[in-house]
Order: sequence, then C-alpha cells, then structure tokens
Amino acid sequence: MAETRYTTDHEWVRLEDDGTLTIGITDHAQEALGDIVFIELPEIDREVVEGESVATVESTKAASDVYAPMAGRIAEINEAIVEDPGLINRDPQGEAWFWRMEPGDEDNFESLMDEEAYQALLETL
Amino acid sequence: MTEGGQTRWATGTDPLRRSYVLSLKISPLDGLHRRLGARMVPFAGWSLPVQYQGTLAEHHAARTGAALFDVSHMGQVTLSGANAEHALEALVPGDIQGLAAGRQRYTMFLNQDGGILDDIMVANHGDRLVLVINAARAEADIAHMRAHLPGLTVHTDRALLALQGPKAVDILARLAPPAAAMPFLGVATLSIVGAECWVTRSGYTGEDGYEISIPAEAAEAVAVALLASAEATPAGLAARDTLRLEAGLCLYGNDIDESTNPIEASLAWTIPKRRRLAADFRGAATVIAQLAHGPARRRVGLRPSGRAPARAGTVIVDAEGREVGRVTSGTFAPSLNAPIAMGYVQTNLSADSTELGLLIRGQAHPARIVPMPFVPHRFAR
Repeated sequence: MAETRYTTDHEWVRLEDDGTLTIGITDHAQEALGDIVFIELPEIDREVVEGESVATVESTKAASDVYAPMAGRIAEINEAIVEDPGLINRDPQGEAWFWRMEPGDEDNFESLMDEEAYQALLETL
Repeated sequence: MTEGGQTRWATGTDPLRRSYVLSLKISPLDGLHRRLGARMVPFAGWSLPVQYQGTLAEHHAARTGAALFDVSHMGQVTLSGANAEHALEALVPGDIQGLAAGRQRYTMFLNQDGGILDDIMVANHGDRLVLVINAARAEADIAHMRAHLPGLTVHTDRALLALQGPKAVDILARLAPPAAAMPFLGVATLSIVGAECWVTRSGYTGEDGYEISIPAEAAEAVAVALLASAEATPAGLAARDTLRLEAGLCLYGNDIDESTNPIEASLAWTIPKRRRLAADFRGAATVIAQLAHGPARRRVGLRPSGRAPARAGTVIVDAEGREVGRVTSGTFAPSLNAPIAMGYVQTNLSADSTELGLLIRGQAHPARIVPMPFVPHRFAR
C-alpha cells in the first residue's frame, strides 16, 4: 500500500507502488494560506534538487513556495489545480496533488516524517 | 472585555514557517472576533482578524451585500479650539478651512521635503475636527501634532468599525435612521443601540458605507447589532486589502511613505488651488515644484496579462528589459478574477495603455498601465 510522509514545509509525499512520488500540500498548509487563487507548476522532465523551489502557491494573502522534498525528475503535473486553484482548499490531500516525480534516491523517503511525527509537529505550532 | 490600547501577550503564526510571540494591542472587539472564529494576526502592533470564514467570501460580501471590519487599530484624534482648521493647514496640503461642518476629507501630513508622513481623514464635527490616522503611524503623527498643534485629544477609549457595501445603508439605517440621508463623506453623531457614535459615510473599499467610532465599552453591542442582519458578514484585513487595491486606494507604507510626495503619488487632486497659490504648508516647495515641472515618476495601475500576481517589490521593466519602476502593491483581484497591481514608473512611461513587463520569479510577464480604480467606485451620491 502507498505510504504517505511529510516535510517540515507542510508538504505530503506519497510513495506510489511504481516507485514514483506524488507531492501536495497538507490540510494545515491550505488552512494557513487561505483562499488559493493562483498556482505555478514546474515543467515536466525538469531535474530538481532537494529543497529546490518547484511550485508557487498564491493565496489572497501571500505567495508561498513549494519545495522538492527530494531530488529527482518531474514526471507529471496536475493541470486541474492550475485551472481551479480552489481545489487545493477543498481537497488538499486528495484530488489537489501538485506533481509526480521519479526520485533520484528512493531511500531518502524514509528520512521524511511519518504521520505520527507530522501530527506531533502540528501540535507544536 | 479588554479596553482599547491595553496590551497582553499573544502568539501568532506566519504562514507555514515561523511562529513567534509578541506584545500586541488588543481591540475592544477581541472577544467577539474569537467567538466568530477569526484567525488573528499581528498587524501594526495590534492583534487583528485577518479573516473569518474565508477571504474571497468576505471580499464578495463587501461588493454585493455588506462587510463589517474592525479598524479599531486606526488612531482617532480630536483637534479643538477656534483656530484648529488654520493650525492643521500648516501640516497638510488639503483644504481644511473650506471643510464645512458635517463633512469629511482625505489629506496627508507632509514632511519638509514634501514626503508623505501619513494619509489621514479629517472630519469637521462643527465644534472640533476628528482625525483618523494609520495605526503604524499613530505614535509619530501624535508627536508631530503635539509639537505643532494646540488642543489635541487622543482617543484610546474608542473602537472604530467600518460597515461597507451596497447593503450598508439599509443595515445601519435600521438602527439609526438618519444614516440613510447622510451624503458621501458626510459626518454625524448618531445613537446606535444607545451608544453615542461618530459616523462618517466613508470607507476604504470603493463601496458605499460607513465608518463608526464607538465608545470602547459599547463597541461589542454595536457590532453584534450590525451583525444581527443576515446581510452583514464579518470581514478581516486580507479582504480589506484586496478591496482597497481594487478601488485604487493607497496603503501607507506600501504605496506612499516619506520617500514619495503627493504629486508623484497621483494625489494632486487633494491639493486645491488656494493651497497651491498660498504655498503655506509644510513641504510646499517640493509640491509646487513638482506641480510646475512634473514628477520624475508616477503612481499607476497595472494589469498583468496572465494570472500570476505581481507582489510588492516586483521590478517593472520596459520593452528592452530595463528597470523603469517597482510594484508597491499587488494582489489577485477577486472581483475581476485577475491580478492587479499598483506601482511607480518613470513619467515618460506612465501613460494609460503603455505596455510594460513585470519580473516575476525572474521572468518578464507582460502588463499594461490602466486607469484606477480597477473596480468602479460606487459611493452614495
């Protein structure tokens, strides 16, 4: 079964059965950002390094970057959130994924926070 | 309930990253905000609601129904004495001696070089002037006024509410019938649920509406009475910002500050002929010279052609990619479903319909200069 982990920047990262990663922002992130009005996604096939700014989310309040949780190649982007940015507010951890990527080193996935660690992080905010 | 101006420890969270603890001033409506589910943020030294249910809904409420904003952070000051109008004119370029009793006007404090110290509203209550000043500038403004003006009273015991939108008149008139007959920028003292309120028909959204100054102890009762109407929606700072930007109105600290003068800020309309001829106000030399020779840069409205908002600080470039100005405010305009911005560009490129570029994340995005307001004003006539 696909496992989901989290970053300290409030992104979720799902390891799919085929070894690719699906990335989005957490419910906490969309809540903090408020109404999202604009999304910029990376180009397909772009090679990214860990921590690189890959996407931009603009809410009515501010712009925020979304970072690559690990190095790899962008395989697919979700055009649905470009056309309807509000989808991220409605279904952040479901339909409103941002991009899929082929990770450079799958082992790095294990270094991300699991559900329990992420919930513990939220408690401290 | 806490008194206006009182301080306590409060925590805030920056979107996604930092958390911090600050000593913040608390509005008399703080308890109500929390009961209404507001998200509170630090702003200009105050803890204030940035939003309740959602910014877009609150924005649209002000355009189609009515939105209620707590703007108790704004400074409220009374100037009294027979010569108050004359004395104030030494510090501002606006027509204060010609401001009739029962009327309000927009003007600004200028420094000796013509730079804008603050933009303010001045209401003539007949026997006194009541000024509304920006929260972030209140301390400096008050020191400035104390140094130059007699008869100053600072009101730390009053809340300020803004009821804005096409339904504002119906909502307020139900509680205070004379409100309906007030003209745009009219001033009146009205009783609202038993509280003596100083009401002006004005606001910061481009819509018809009122700003209501209330004794702090009665503020919550008045707010609750206004919100009892199904047409009134509580709204926060985020919606206030998108509304004022659509209306082409300046935000002090972003669009105007001490490094900008009223002429380059496209605010020459606030300076009447009598004041220009007399040149008897602080900063007059710069203002008169700028009027005579034209400013080197001008505040303009910009419409980016794509959907990416250009935020404050974005570099504006000409067709050759040379920097010709900077964005001072930019957002996604909910009423237009498109991004808008205002900023300063060199005067030879400031004409309407001039095509320029906005450097967003390193890429030049096409944009066009457009007249402001971006969304037509709908003030009461």
